[in-house]
Amino acid sequence: MAEREVELVVEGHPPGLQHHFSDLEQQREASTMGMWVFLITEVMFFGGMFLAYLVYRSMYYQAWVVGSEAMDFWFGTANTAILICSSLTMALAVRASQLGHRRALVILLIVTMVFGIAFMTVKGVEYHGHWLKHEFPGPSFHFEGPYEQQVEMFFSLYWAMTGFHTLHVLIGIIIIGFVAYYGWRGEYTPAHHNTVENVGLYWHFVDTVWIYLYPLLYLISHSHPYK
Amino acid sequence: MAEHISSKKTYIIIWITLLCFTVITAAVSRIDLGQFSGAVALIIATIKAMLVVLFFMHVKYISEKMTLVVIIAGFFWLMILLVLSMTDYASRAWT
Repeated sequence: MAEREVELVVEGHPPGLQHHFSDLEQQREASTMGMWVFLITEVMFFGGMFLAYLVYRSMYYQAWVVGSEAMDFWFGTANTAILICSSLTMALAVRASQLGHRRALVILLIVTMVFGIAFMTVKGVEYHGHWLKHEFPGPSFHFEGPYEQQVEMFFSLYWAMTGFHTLHVLIGIIIIGFVAYYGWRGEYTPAHHNTVENVGLYWHFVDTVWIYLYPLLYLISHSHPYK
Repeated sequence: MAEHISSKKTYIIIWITLLCFTVITAAVSRIDLGQFSGAVALIIATIKAMLVVLFFMHVKYISEKMTLVVIIAGFFWLMILLVLSMTDYASRAWT
């Protein structure tokens, strides 16, 4: 008993190391794995909606073409570019935390948040446009064109999938805000910065979901002449 | 510390590649590929997703192999969901 106490005093204890891990390296690896376990639950969350989309697309393909053409191509493309840029700044922010570059970390995280807010602003404008055109499913839904009922199904999936995605973007922005604050206070070091890495994983995952949503919702068969 | 630190150059190259593929997928959607439009769009999206996963999410440089098992398991789960469900629907010979 006394021997162990002497060992602890002599060894010291790296700041941020929890007792159930033998060293910071193991703690970091466990933390990263835990984050990935969470991300695969997110894959399950979005996966169900992607499946529903694919099933109905195979049944109502013509209505899916019509629905996709009701989307604003430029808003969708702009949002894809915005999120890709935000992933760059997020990856650079994680790199800054690996190197202990505090100022760069905070600036890059804030820029990532700005991109996220830009994304949400574009979505807000889009949603407003769809709402005014009665393109929200329910009793008020009305669509001028063929396959109205099936197009309503397309819009159900559009609102649900992009709605949950935008919610994830919002949650990400808030979390990045907290991490930026803690980063500014100097709480992340090259030896102990896994929070930043994990938030980066979350943000890149959200970007990846959009990478699939974009072609599936906005790019169906744009080779038709009247768009 | 065994963590791999990518260079800024690597990230910039991946970023530009992602933007290029976005332009490509948008442009290709304007071409009539018939039944292959969906497949081409999804293949390009998967290339983009792989770039994000491997480089931005550092999966190419992961030190802990169990984490890779978790990631592959997640991907495998998604394939079971999509492939088995879609083949179920595709094999319904309703008239």
